[in-house]
Amino acid sequence: MSALTTLVVLLPLLGAAAALTQANRPRVQTLIAVSVLSAVLLIGAALLVAVNTNGAIAVEVGGWPAPYGIVLVVDRLSALMIVVSAAVLLAVLVFSVGQGLADGDRETPVSIYYPTYLILATGVFNAFVAGDLFNLYVSFEILLVASYVLITVGGTKPRIRAGTVYIVVSLVSSAIFLAAIAMIYGATGTVNIAQLTVRLAELPDDIQLILHVMLLIGFGIKAAVFPLSFWLPDSYPMAPAPVTAVFAGLLTKVGVYAIIRTEMIIFPDGQLNTVLLIVAALTMVIGILGAVAQSDIKRLLSFTLISHIGYMLFGIGIDTAAGLAAATFYIVHHITVQTTLFLATGLVERQGGTTGINKLGGMLKTSPMIAVLFFIPLLNLGGIPPFSGFLGKLALFEAGANNGSVLAWVLIGCGAAVSLLTLYALARAWSMIFWRDAEEVADYENPLAMRAETGSSPTVESVRTTPRIMVGATVAMVAVSIALTVFANPLFDLSANAGENINGPAYYVNTVFPGGLE
Amino acid sequence: MNASLTLVVIMVVLYSVGVYLLLERSMTRVLLGFLLVGNATNLLILIVSGPSGAAAFFGEEDATADPLPQAFILTAIVITFGVSAFLLALIYRSWRLANADVVYDDSEDLAMGSRKTSVTTDRAVDGDDTEFGTRATAAISTALDLKKQEEREEQESLAAERRQREIDEKEADA
Repeated sequence: MSALTTLVVLLPLLGAAAALTQANRPRVQTLIAVSVLSAVLLIGAALLVAVNTNGAIAVEVGGWPAPYGIVLVVDRLSALMIVVSAAVLLAVLVFSVGQGLADGDRETPVSIYYPTYLILATGVFNAFVAGDLFNLYVSFEILLVASYVLITVGGTKPRIRAGTVYIVVSLVSSAIFLAAIAMIYGATGTVNIAQLTVRLAELPDDIQLILHVMLLIGFGIKAAVFPLSFWLPDSYPMAPAPVTAVFAGLLTKVGVYAIIRTEMIIFPDGQLNTVLLIVAALTMVIGILGAVAQSDIKRLLSFTLISHIGYMLFGIGIDTAAGLAAATFYIVHHITVQTTLFLATGLVERQGGTTGINKLGGMLKTSPMIAVLFFIPLLNLGGIPPFSGFLGKLALFEAGANNGSVLAWVLIGCGAAVSLLTLYALARAWSMIFWRDAEEVADYENPLAMRAETGSSPTVESVRTTPRIMVGATVAMVAVSIALTVFANPLFDLSANAGENINGPAYYVNTVFPGGLE
Repeated sequence: MNASLTLVVIMVVLYSVGVYLLLERSMTRVLLGFLLVGNATNLLILIVSGPSGAAAFFGEEDATADPLPQAFILTAIVITFGVSAFLLALIYRSWRLANADVVYDDSEDLAMGSRKTSVTTDRAVDGDDTEFGTRATAAISTALDLKKQEEREEQESLAAERRQREIDEKEADA
């Protein structure tokens, strides 16, 4: 099993190198990328089964013993995240293959696209198994540098502008994270997460607070938590559709994952739980108010993305096994659904030539398939009963109600209101794009319509055909999101066990130091 | 723990100048700010790494310096190096496209904020902020069209206003 753990990180990295050597053979590159990610998906599934039956795995890389060498840790949460992200990465890769083939590779310059994509995958997987803070920093850098390249791919003016914002904000967050690591090392003399939980607890409270806040700010920028979230809707929508889909699905969740590790293992005291809950409420409400005001689907979805990060923080802030189980379930649900929505938006953009809600109309007639593919994840994200979005929110609210504090009840109220507003914003977009007649678009006067959009641009119904492979990838993602609903019970059991494991550092420390710490 | 005051002072200066530069609009200055902040962080790691000593593996048993922070610093330097190379490429591309490396406000945000504000007029930040000044010429043909497009959009907005005024007058007449 330990060999499999290292393969999760090693395979995409070697795959990236192999793909780079085949720069002028796009088919070979595609083959490498697809097979590597499929292999990681299988390995991830094997790891998940192994961890679920035999308990967590800790691998000492290079044979150096734990506090000195680098240690990779796979517990239920890590394994689950690896499986979900591998599935999402694979689906988006297939989608982008379809788009690249159809566009004559203008959107995705193939020679660097696949290697960069695999390096992004390396960073994501490495972050999920990192057992020490510096390794976590390095994996963040790996995935960020790859994302810098992907967000500015093609180098058009809007992408350079959007990419600049994204890059500078990410650089600042990395600098804060690195400074936090330096100070933690200065205070404790270690960066091993399992050892930190013991040594940090011995420090005075005020020093703990400073280190804690610095780590949370660094991760909060990456996870797009409310006061640190303004970069996201400016930068994500400009990237090519598949890139936006994978960024929205995965990158912010890596930040949330790091916050879970920080709150549960590095600083298990729950010093900042109240702050987290307040920030969660603000993230939910302000994010969704932004979404309601948008007239571009990609921007609208970016705001809902921020808003739903609030739900995960809610689960973390409650600080019970039930809250963590709900947060874990919600992360899995949100990764799939948000990616699916962005892929469906990619299909709309491909078919209609734009993502401006005010310019699109009558697409239910011209492309009913896309309408359905957009509608199902929409209901899911909005939390309509049979779907996993509803189950995740229900579990969160239940955990909050068991907590019973006034703040928890306020958050339950916010969460319910935000899910309604999500449904409103998305249903409004859906009915304008698909439901209304194309003729209505011309005289439609939207109070929010911008000057730039009310110009002479003609109504768009359908400009191009969409390749089957893109639709196929989106259908697969919709199927996965429905499967999460159908198999919600085993998944929730798994999340519950994962929640038990990460609620407090004992399990993690036992995994890394089976003989106990000195 | 004893720390050298000189190192601390240098770190503080690097941080403050770096943060100041990061807040600039010109990307070249942002790059410089990033380099300064990166080096300040490297110094921070060095300061917290404890007393200096002989090289690890070769020195006396009790007099070696802690090798781990040195490994951190080396890794951080490599990452900073890679990111700076990418930023330089980005700045060059930005300059070729826009004739300037200044980051403008997001037009969608501005349009949302005040519907009456013209998107183009807010771009009136002049390109003097770069070392190329206004002397820079476009490296590719599309960059030349910017001025024309601004003029066109200005005329369009004037026409729209005129139309609005006519409608208003008609209504007033009625």
